[in-house]
Amino acid sequence: MIAYIVQRFLQSVLVMAAVGFVAFSLFAYVGDPITIMLGQDYNETERARLAAQLGLDRPFYVQFFKFAVNAMQGDFGISYRLARPVSAVIRERLPATLELSLVAAILALAVGLPMGVYTGLRRDSWLSRVFLTVSLIGVSLPTFLIGILLILVFAVILGWLPSFGRGQTVMLGWWSTGFLTASGLKALILPSITLCLFQLTLILRLVRSEMLEVLRTDYIKFARARGLRDRAVHFRHALRNTLVPVITIAGLQLGAIIAFAIITETVFQWPGMGLLFIQSVSATDIPVMAAYLCLISFVFVVINFIVDLLYYVVDPRLRIDRGAVGGHG
Amino acid sequence: MAEATEFSARQGVATPPPGVLKRAFDSDVFYSFRHSPITMLAAAITLLGFIGAIFAPWLATQNPFDLRTLNLMDASLPPAWIEGGEAKYLFGTDNQGRDVFSTILYGSRVSLLVGVGSVLLALVLGVGLGLLSGYVGGTIDAFIMRVADVQLSFPAILIALLIDGITRAILPREAHDAAAVYVLILSIGASGWVQYARTVRGSTMVEKNKEYVQAARVIGLHPVAIMLRHVLPNVMGPVLVIATIHLAVAIITEATLSFLGVGVPPTQPSLGTLIRIGNNFLFSGEWWITVFPGAALVIMVLAVNLLGDWLRDALNPKLR
Amino acid sequence: MSAPATRANRPLLDVRNLHVEFPTRRGRLVAVDDVSFHIDAGEVLGVVGESGAGKSLTGAAIIGLLEPPGRIAGGEVLLDGKRIDNLPAEQLRRIRGRQIGAVFQDPLTSLDPLFTVGQQLTETITTHLDLSESEARNRAIELLREVGIPGAERRIDHYPHQFSGGMRQRVVIALALCAQPRLIIADEPTTALDVSIQAQIITLLKRLCRDHGAAVMLVTHDMGVIAETADRVAVMYAGRIAEIGPVADVIQRPRHPYTVGLMGSIPKLDRAVPRLVQIEGSMPRLNAIPTGCAFNPRCPKVFERCRIERPELFPVGGSAAACWLHATTLAEAARG
Repeated sequence: MIAYIVQRFLQSVLVMAAVGFVAFSLFAYVGDPITIMLGQDYNETERARLAAQLGLDRPFYVQFFKFAVNAMQGDFGISYRLARPVSAVIRERLPATLELSLVAAILALAVGLPMGVYTGLRRDSWLSRVFLTVSLIGVSLPTFLIGILLILVFAVILGWLPSFGRGQTVMLGWWSTGFLTASGLKALILPSITLCLFQLTLILRLVRSEMLEVLRTDYIKFARARGLRDRAVHFRHALRNTLVPVITIAGLQLGAIIAFAIITETVFQWPGMGLLFIQSVSATDIPVMAAYLCLISFVFVVINFIVDLLYYVVDPRLRIDRGAVGGHG
Repeated sequence: MAEATEFSARQGVATPPPGVLKRAFDSDVFYSFRHSPITMLAAAITLLGFIGAIFAPWLATQNPFDLRTLNLMDASLPPAWIEGGEAKYLFGTDNQGRDVFSTILYGSRVSLLVGVGSVLLALVLGVGLGLLSGYVGGTIDAFIMRVADVQLSFPAILIALLIDGITRAILPREAHDAAAVYVLILSIGASGWVQYARTVRGSTMVEKNKEYVQAARVIGLHPVAIMLRHVLPNVMGPVLVIATIHLAVAIITEATLSFLGVGVPPTQPSLGTLIRIGNNFLFSGEWWITVFPGAALVIMVLAVNLLGDWLRDALNPKLR
Repeated sequence: MSAPATRANRPLLDVRNLHVEFPTRRGRLVAVDDVSFHIDAGEVLGVVGESGAGKSLTGAAIIGLLEPPGRIAGGEVLLDGKRIDNLPAEQLRRIRGRQIGAVFQDPLTSLDPLFTVGQQLTETITTHLDLSESEARNRAIELLREVGIPGAERRIDHYPHQFSGGMRQRVVIALALCAQPRLIIADEPTTALDVSIQAQIITLLKRLCRDHGAAVMLVTHDMGVIAETADRVAVMYAGRIAEIGPVADVIQRPRHPYTVGLMGSIPKLDRAVPRLVQIEGSMPRLNAIPTGCAFNPRCPKVFERCRIERPELFPVGGSAAACWLHATTLAEAARG
């Protein structure tokens, strides 16, 4: 058990280090920060002074070490575009993105999973066909277009819901939440639907195909041959086995929601990290890009780690593995 | 004796050897194609989309990016069938007097170019790395698959954004605009290779231990020749399925990047750029500037997705 | 139907003119073609044949677990004189496990990997019998002990992957027996096991079924297993029964040329056979079964009638064979 966790943890650290290196390379070698900060007009003394101040004259590994130490303390330097510390900017934007992603993730799971199970079990019913058709359309509709259509219908034509922003927020310490006001909750509806729809269809299709796969296995046939009730065969045996592979991919998909929030936030002018990232890409604001990259990877690594632990809980073959039979797909 | 009796036993049901065309027509894949009207419709739409894109200069009523053909008097006209619309502007015009129908034709040209280009790039990259990984194994395999794992945990759109951001920082602005299409192909293609590589690797590992590959190795065929001639044909089915579905994803990704403003420049708009431009006029009621390019995009992607779904089921009958 | 129809006591399982077919776009494939046999209470019937001969499908059809699009296209299956092939799904489910137990080929894949063997046993017991959770558990431990799993009290809480293949097949047998069914359908129960373990499992299966008074339909392609275990044997070929009768008769005096070939291909220790006999050719595919007798293209004794008319089962000695060579007596009787 402990060996398993340690191994997974070390893997996570390794991935984080690799991403950190990419981020640092961005930081150090892409574009010329001095040109970006000083503009085209500067003399050599000014340049040297700034280079020394930013530590750019140090050897490569010293710079990387310094970057890593700073990054671990949440210090990613100063945003070129906003001329403020990156950490402060991100802290302002973080709650908006996390709240939106959380609602979207819960929606995607709570709706996608039952729909997937249903279409897997009743594969020939008309409702399954409807679900599948809708899911295919869902996969074919780009997220931004869903957002635009929702805005067109519910904000422009019907005027029921706001088309942009978070509504009123309440500060809980440094965390600004939209959960506590009516306008904040109303503002969440369209963006969270937009954000969850694509993941929802993916989860639906994934659960369905895994379910069909499991229903063909010998142990399900044998469970039927033992005369177990359909309910037990479907929801005890088939569903549990379906969840094992679904957990991994669903976990990754939920992580992807935070990254996909970039699109939704742009459409709804939602003041989160995604919008910040897009603005930074357009303005080549490298420190913010690097920080965002590190933060997103951190979220992914954490989710991956949790998924691995969940796997461990769900699959006894990992828990008590005697080496002979084992592993997972 | 045994052969003779077996032959006579089969004779009753055997058909004369058909020609290649006849055999293709008779194959299971084609059978399921002919018996699925939706698939045939999807194929027709896809074909129409490609024809429209390729022959845009001849099909469009105007070149929307030639300023001389534009007339500001005709700006913001609604579609032809709505009060105030004009017959020559079927889907209406935008704020600069460009015919929306023509912009869609030109836009899908860029969209499909980027889509097909990035699929080809990802395919070559993924199939190549997958073959290498599966056939050689060992450290190379472990390394490639580890990179694939890490990359797979990041959404393609994020990787594409990142690559785009980096090239933006490296290249001067004008050069970036000029190279935008290639940058997009590079970023979308590079973010999509993993699936090909994984599938091909898996199949290669199965195939390489089969006797015919072993035999090819024994008679001294070069490994590359073995892979290309013997292993590759066996993995093409699943690769074709992935490529079809990837085409839909690539078109969406391109549209999304362009919508986010980091894709192709407005002087050479794709469908995503058109939607982005039109989005600004949504609130003033000129919905057609957004809705028609959006519908064109969705219909095209839906058709390709339907083809991909059908192909997957047709090549893998046990899934049905 | 052959002679057994006139029996005074009713058979436990009576399969009459069973047809199983698979609709495909190139027409229907008939996988089980007009198969009739019966099993008496406590009897072991071996069903033998090459793979694809329809033995497993016959078993699946009896317990109503044919995989779509496969379906029963005709005939009847009677359990205790009552038809079960046309029962609604829910009633058929109550019969599975309770009246008819099943043992599948591969013990490695027959058990749900995510549940302990105890959970799988108790759920089966409480589904069919009116026992409390703890009573069911005690019964489960007892069963595990009975199938020869050492340390049953401890092993009951283990997961399938913690058992070896042979031990898992013992668990599967315990699962098949746990609601005291009167018939066990064992589909190739030893094929996936090591040779050294096969005999143990067969002996166990036979002993347990005798102790519990359960009849067995033993599907296998291993004539040796049949010889040791079965009371009667049915030889299947291309979806049809070629020969059926008491094991001793069929083995020592095979009547159907296919059975003759089958017996000739088994090495014997007690007799010096110069060389093993091989049947030429291979079993036809389902879409290319010849008219007349399905075996006619491979039959060394084939004659005109075999190619035209399909033989029914004719009684010969103690058994019955579907071969025109043995038609004389009956055919004359029927026409006379």
